Amino acid sequence: MQNILEVKNLTVSFNNEKVIDNLSFNLKKGENLVVVGPNAAGKTVLLRTLIGMIPFEGEIKWQENVKIGYVPQRILPEKNIPLSIEEFFNFKKIVPEQTRKALQSVGINDLSVLKKKIGVISSGQLQRILIAWSLIGNPEILLFDEPLSGIDIEGEETIYNLLSQIEKERNLAMILITHDLSVVYKFADSVLCMNKKVICYGSPQEALTPQKLSQLYGGEIKLYKHAHH
Amino acid sequence: MPITNQFLFSLITAIFVGGVAGCLGSLMITRRMALVGDALGHVALPGIGLALLLGLNVSLGAFVFLLVGVLLIWFLEKKTNLATETLVGVIFVLSLALGFLITPQPELLEALIGDISKVSLLDTSVSIILSIFVLYVITKIYSKIMLASISEDLAAVSRINISKYNLIYLLVISIIVALGVKVVGSLLIGALVIIPAAASRIFSTNMRQYVFWSALFGVLSCALGILLSQITHFPVGPLIILVCILFFIISLIFKKS
Repeated sequence: MQNILEVKNLTVSFNNEKVIDNLSFNLKKGENLVVVGPNAAGKTVLLRTLIGMIPFEGEIKWQENVKIGYVPQRILPEKNIPLSIEEFFNFKKIVPEQTRKALQSVGINDLSVLKKKIGVISSGQLQRILIAWSLIGNPEILLFDEPLSGIDIEGEETIYNLLSQIEKERNLAMILITHDLSVVYKFADSVLCMNKKVICYGSPQEALTPQKLSQLYGGEIKLYKHAHH
Repeated sequence: MPITNQFLFSLITAIFVGGVAGCLGSLMITRRMALVGDALGHVALPGIGLALLLGLNVSLGAFVFLLVGVLLIWFLEKKTNLATETLVGVIFVLSLALGFLITPQPELLEALIGDISKVSLLDTSVSIILSIFVLYVITKIYSKIMLASISEDLAAVSRINISKYNLIYLLVISIIVALGVKVVGSLLIGALVIIPAAASRIFSTNMRQYVFWSALFGVLSCALGILLSQITHFPVGPLIILVCILFFIISLIFKKS
């Protein structure tokens, strides 16, 4: 099967400090990749580099004319912004019917939400709205950056059910950032665990061994203990 | 109160500039550039001073300096990691210092608080045409800049060239500031851009309302300010801004009740 994305020796530095160090992976059409790692491992930076927001060394090769949907960790500098959800969808230059369908595909059937200000809805609701928004225009790949907090466990679980349902319906490729390891086993075709460098990469059963896991998160736990001395 | 041609020219100029300034202001608050209009007013000061000194059109002088200032800001923003506001802050005090040195003493007050009582038919026509042009550009770029101000990432995946739109946006701001300094002066133009939008933002629940009321407050403030000036013989600029503030206070009260 054809690769939708090839990343080779990707390195990103901020002020001469490597935030992503020599990362390589591929993604096939319709496949999903789950990225896990501790805080500040460079996961969000990875996604933002892939969409062209951050300068890098190495190679990022997208399939030609690829259509990308992106769900950022958060949006909105402020709650009070006078922008209705309907207007947010209209940025996409679409007809109302498309908005309705997109909302339906993320399980929102009550269209009264369109009249609400985008800053006042719950974070779980916003996550769905952002997914619906990113699905408009039929992207071939969806990049999903999980928020660190704000969605309750029940909400979170349904978000992943939702994503897996969308993936099946639309045969999308996905790159999913999460800190929830159970998502990997339920959801991933392949897993990339990273802490600036690749710690493991491959199918979840083979790649995500207990050793690799302690290597991935162990450093952080030690650091945490040091802080309490 | 005699209604002269001169009075009508002032009124029409102010209404057009005020409306478009309000409209543009709504975008500036969203981009967290509330003080940029203020600062750019000051960037215009040396240009106004030179124009007064040489007997040229004030707005033209202002625009030349604004253009240089804005391009400098845009360029430095790309080349350094400093925030727009920081850069504007530096360039603004530089201009202010230069402006005070250049502007002749008797004309300094006019440069600072504006004087629209002498606008000609030509001035008025140019103001109307430029205002309509800016309004047209705003409608073209509004949603793109709005999206970028919510999330630059989302704008980028939507293939919006943020840098290009930022430049266009700064350019139309300088046009409106250049026109506005004639109405309310370099000291008060920031207020004319920001306060109508701030008042509208208090109660608007969507973008359409927000833009509409920002523009309307701008128009009404200018019209009422000029009428008040006819009656009281106080200078127009400060009166316009006081009416703006009145709308702001009314919005606050209206929101609370």
